[in-house]
Amino acid sequence: MSADSSRSPATPTDPQASRWYDADAGPVVRPYAMTRGRTSSASRHRLDLIAIVVPEPEADDPGRDQTLSPEHVEIVELCSGMPQSIAELAAGLDLPVGVVRVLVGDLVEDELVHVTRPVPPAELPDVNILREVINGLRAL
Amino acid sequence: MAFGRSSRKKRPVEPVTLKILVAGGFGVGKTTLVGAVSEIRPLRTEERLSEAGRPVDDLAGVEAKTTTTVAMDFGRITLREDLVLYLFGTPGQDRFWFLWDELAQGALGAVVLADTRRLEDCFAAVDYFERRAIPFTVAVNCFEGADEFPVETVQAALDLDPEVPVLMCDARDRGSVRDVLVGVVEHAVARAERVREPAVT
Repeated sequence: MSADSSRSPATPTDPQASRWYDADAGPVVRPYAMTRGRTSSASRHRLDLIAIVVPEPEADDPGRDQTLSPEHVEIVELCSGMPQSIAELAAGLDLPVGVVRVLVGDLVEDELVHVTRPVPPAELPDVNILREVINGLRAL
Repeated sequence: MAFGRSSRKKRPVEPVTLKILVAGGFGVGKTTLVGAVSEIRPLRTEERLSEAGRPVDDLAGVEAKTTTTVAMDFGRITLREDLVLYLFGTPGQDRFWFLWDELAQGALGAVVLADTRRLEDCFAAVDYFERRAIPFTVAVNCFEGADEFPVETVQAALDLDPEVPVLMCDARDRGSVRDVLVGVVEHAVARAERVREPAVT
């Protein structure tokens, strides 16, 4: 009898074990809340994972812009140290790639950053570039 | 924006970025391979899937789980200030093929990492790259304790085109992995030149 009641979910035997604190509890804000629910951005093309985000010179103090969310500001700041790819930003901010795409799309619209176009899809990179890659790899 | 537009300061270098995919079965050493050459600790990006995984995932015991996370490992090699190569380890599970399509777009080539003890794990990857005409090499990760097979045996077992390079490697060893990557890019160059020739004549 007593074994049954101790298994009931309403009275867990060890309340501490079933509680999550801080980072264990997951994000405080659900990821797509940062994009106000948008899953795609207004910008024309889908941003490739290896598209590099480069801040515009005008974006020297993104924190001053009241229209930006903290995540927007963080992206601009991360990129002004060294331009970074969409994939690196997602890993650095610990956000899903889809969210980063929307946020970067906003920043492109606001002309605070621009994005380099990687090799167009379905087109192989130039043979000369490939040779440079081989040389670069050999020199590692 | 209320900022002045004339003050164009020195621009940061905008590198050309390229990517190589690293595919293969679960636990074959993709992350290890990426980590062996990457200048950054392999990073993970995650895509949250709420619908796609639902019909397939066995949720028994974790009924509260409503999202599936797919992680992709990736690494970076800065070859020059203006030339950066990214390596992407593809998600191991077969049902995430739809994510591969995005990864494969514009990829200059791929490494299919194989373990001779479970060669069948990489059939799907070989098939995928063959069908999309993405240049790839097969790299056999030489696990300790696994029998070593001659290249021809692996080639036959995977029914590869003779032009597809098969290399033996140690995914933990930087030099070994570098050679595999050089092999992929050389293969891509050879392929590109072969495609170009008939167009000229």
